[in-house]
Amino acid sequence: MNMKNLSALISGLIFGLGIAISGMANPAKVLNFFDIAGTWDPSLALVMGGALLTALIGYRIVFAKAAAPVFEQGYSLPTAKNIDLPLVGGSALFGIGWGIAGFCPGGAVPALGFGGTETLIFIAAMIGGLLIGRKLKQAAPVLIKTVGRETSAS
Amino acid sequence: MQTEFTPLLSLSGGILIGVSAVLLMWLNGRIAGMTGIVSGVIPPLSRDWKWRAAFIAGSVAAPVVWLGFGQSIEYAVPVTTMELLVGGLIVGIGVTFGGGCTSGHGVCGMARLSPRSIVATCVFMLTTFATVFVIRHLL
Repeated sequence: MNMKNLSALISGLIFGLGIAISGMANPAKVLNFFDIAGTWDPSLALVMGGALLTALIGYRIVFAKAAAPVFEQGYSLPTAKNIDLPLVGGSALFGIGWGIAGFCPGGAVPALGFGGTETLIFIAAMIGGLLIGRKLKQAAPVLIKTVGRETSAS
Repeated sequence: MQTEFTPLLSLSGGILIGVSAVLLMWLNGRIAGMTGIVSGVIPPLSRDWKWRAAFIAGSVAAPVVWLGFGQSIEYAVPVTTMELLVGGLIVGIGVTFGGGCTSGHGVCGMARLSPRSIVATCVFMLTTFATVFVIRHLL
């Protein structure tokens, strides 16, 4: 295994541990965060706040101190700039799906490690959605100008 | 279904997610966004699918290791199979058009102060709140 894949594996381990202990992989907790009018659990604010603040500070240090990443020639950063319909509409849809199922992609993948069939069902449906989304984008070339996979934000 | 407020665990977990994002940027120059990472290992494979597969393997292995050390993790899925299927399908389509999810836009993109990610995050947080409200209190 080369260093690039090893560092991705280690990053993945840290990511998965963070997701698992934070509660992001637990749909009951995720849905309760969004249920302010009901069984509200504010924990997720701390997950997102902690992650964002850490990344905000860490990225600044990395970009300031390192002209290039350790194992790559350069940083692969999204280049798309405009706020368009695919961005807003796609994100709106994502939120609706997240609210229905309680899983987001980053929460569901580590949750596979719990071994529940619910996660498998969600992931299978999500992959189906990814494939349908690709077909739809091909069918509507106007929409894809700025949202190709190469330029996607994540 | 009630869940317990877990400030310490959730904050620590959040910091770990941030550390993972910073590490992947510092070492590989990559955004730690699960949408792009998963998308790259679904055929047709992206040219650099291997690091993505490694990241996924690590993130699935982490809870297995954690549970192996005798630690417990709270986990419950209070939705129906139909909701998992419909929700998963909508999430997949949505993140493909939106170009990212909670990790890519919400953490990495926001941390870069990307206007696209800030808009995306505000939009999906709002629609998630609205969806949960409708399902739990109106339907």
